[in-house]
Amino acid sequence: MRTRLAGLWGVLIVGCAVLFSGCEKPPEGQAPEQQVKEKPPAAKPAATAAPIKVGAIFAVTGGASFLGAPEAKTVEMFVEKVNQAGGVQGHKIEMLVRDSGGKAENAISLAKQLIDEDKVLAIVGPSTSGETMQIKNICQEGKTILLSCAAAETIVNPIASYVFKTPQKDSDAARRIFQTMKDLNITKVGVVTSNDGFGNAGAKQLADLAPEYGMTIAGSETYATTDTDLTGVLTKIKGLDVQAVINWSIVPAQSLVAKNMKQIGLDVPLFQSHGFGNIKYVQAGGEAANGTIFPCGRLLVANALPDNHPQKKVLVQYKTDYETRYKEDASTFGGHAYDAMLLLVEAVEIAGSVERDKVRDALETLQGVVGTGGVFNLSAQDHNGLDQNAFEMLTVKDGQFAVYQK
Amino acid sequence: MNFALFVQYALSGITVGSVYAIVAIGFNIIYCTTGIINFAQGEFLIVGAMTAISLAQVVPLPVAILGAVLITTAFGALIELVFIRQVHNASVLRLIIITIGLSILIREAMLHVWDEQVRSLPYFTGTAVSTVTILGAHISPQVLWVLGVSAVIVTALTLFFRYTTVGRAMRACADDRMAARLCGVNDRWMVTLSFMLSAGIGALAGCVVSPITQTQYDMGAPLAIKGFTVAILGGLGNSMAAVAAGLFLGLLEAFVVSVLPASYKEVVAIVVLLLILVFRPTGLFARRETSALRTA
Repeated sequence: MRTRLAGLWGVLIVGCAVLFSGCEKPPEGQAPEQQVKEKPPAAKPAATAAPIKVGAIFAVTGGASFLGAPEAKTVEMFVEKVNQAGGVQGHKIEMLVRDSGGKAENAISLAKQLIDEDKVLAIVGPSTSGETMQIKNICQEGKTILLSCAAAETIVNPIASYVFKTPQKDSDAARRIFQTMKDLNITKVGVVTSNDGFGNAGAKQLADLAPEYGMTIAGSETYATTDTDLTGVLTKIKGLDVQAVINWSIVPAQSLVAKNMKQIGLDVPLFQSHGFGNIKYVQAGGEAANGTIFPCGRLLVANALPDNHPQKKVLVQYKTDYETRYKEDASTFGGHAYDAMLLLVEAVEIAGSVERDKVRDALETLQGVVGTGGVFNLSAQDHNGLDQNAFEMLTVKDGQFAVYQK
Repeated sequence: MNFALFVQYALSGITVGSVYAIVAIGFNIIYCTTGIINFAQGEFLIVGAMTAISLAQVVPLPVAILGAVLITTAFGALIELVFIRQVHNASVLRLIIITIGLSILIREAMLHVWDEQVRSLPYFTGTAVSTVTILGAHISPQVLWVLGVSAVIVTALTLFFRYTTVGRAMRACADDRMAARLCGVNDRWMVTLSFMLSAGIGALAGCVVSPITQTQYDMGAPLAIKGFTVAILGGLGNSMAAVAAGLFLGLLEAFVVSVLPASYKEVVAIVVLLLILVFRPTGLFARRETSALRTA
């Protein structure tokens, strides 16, 4: 821990030095308004006001830990950076990160605790859709802002005035998948989903949107999140003579689907959901993961983006910071937490206040906020603020993520 | 359902069943000597697999697996010496609850040692995409490894318990600990030995199934529950029957999936277990008249 912190200090000092030198001699091509935004930390007045309490509920351990762990790390990193730079509106952020273990019942009691006892301004998380849906009403009734890092569309549809989410929409992921299939002249597909909040929501979106794209879902099956072999379910799909398989889950079974398909000789393209965006799944899938096609945020291909892409700077910065600090690959999931914190900080800046209601109102006015998941344009009707363009179709090439090209 | 598809379901059942079976064997050893159901058995598997995965980065795979088995065996001994042995005159129930506590302890410790990421050992033969074709259907060669290793373990255990002095001493302890002690058997060390054996076999099982199931720190419990189900199904204490019961349950699940939605397969597995517990509590393969529950 000590060495880690020391390393971070080093990075910060170098960062400050760069910023200072940048102020004296603006390098060519750097937009002037960016310089105004990124004032050197020392220039801000020291924070004297009471800290803003922000809660976070993440599945740091348990089956969804690959979501929660990077999210918790990201939040830690983000808050440290903001506080280092003088905080928000003169307030430091005090982060209360709680581990739900991915269990809805834990999320419920943690949410109640954060709202009633800690009286936080907002809660970031939970990591999974199932947990979020369980605490959606609790936050709404407790008039506490919830910035969910889970994907299911039902979180913000129907709208609850205090509930927001940063990951891209399920329906947009389904649309991108179906569009890609249409381009490949695929019309008959088999669907397998995990039996949890994320999987069930995905199965529903796919079933709802299939007719719009002229797709026939020949069979839709669910499997338990703890299943360690899926050849049975996939054999059933194989018997249906499908042209492609869609797997929609966030559990380790994603790699199993790829492996098991190859093992039983089901040689059709495999499409996965945006839950596949973790290089560990590719590694666990080995050779079998090659050729998997899935919609995902651009973080995984950040370095391959053209320099003029609006998200490039944010993505590369986050990826570098995260990977330098934690010595592990950044994932889109951590990015969702980054975006949640970013939106919250922006909203506090705009509201000029740390009252829940004012910050909530400010959240709905945010426009053109560039995050890791896309460019957010929120409104009273849209508590997500991302559209189809937030997704890029990716594939796996030689064990690495790459932009998909037909 | 055409023939090739039928065979494919059967092979899928064997894949799942082979994993159940190899996990179940570990339960039987400790049960045989002590009458304890060791609920930390699943954690032994994961400790073994995780150790092998770490070792495999520096040494060749077979050496890594051997090393993992040895380390986990030592770990099993340590667990017994530090926790189980310290409990004097404990009832079986109390010891079982201690193993549940141990499983939680080991799981959390693993989270800190190996973090939450999913890992897996490389396939012993071929890669993730290689298959063996049988009657027009396909199966991963790793399944054959699991079956082969199960067969070797079961044979070795049977020989060990029937024909070696130590093995017989272990069985004697299970039958009547006091009598065994009077005959000069060091019963305490027999219990330690059973934990070592069970941990070692668990580690080997964990390594062999790792390419199929993948390995994550909290995967032990679900695997152990299925293994436990299978151990009961076959008749506790009978390793040969455990393998048969494992394959039976795997096949049953696979064919249930073929006619019902896949999410129902657990229901069927549990219903079968309940039926067995009600009508044949000694297990599917035990002779009713002999209450030879604890003999290997």
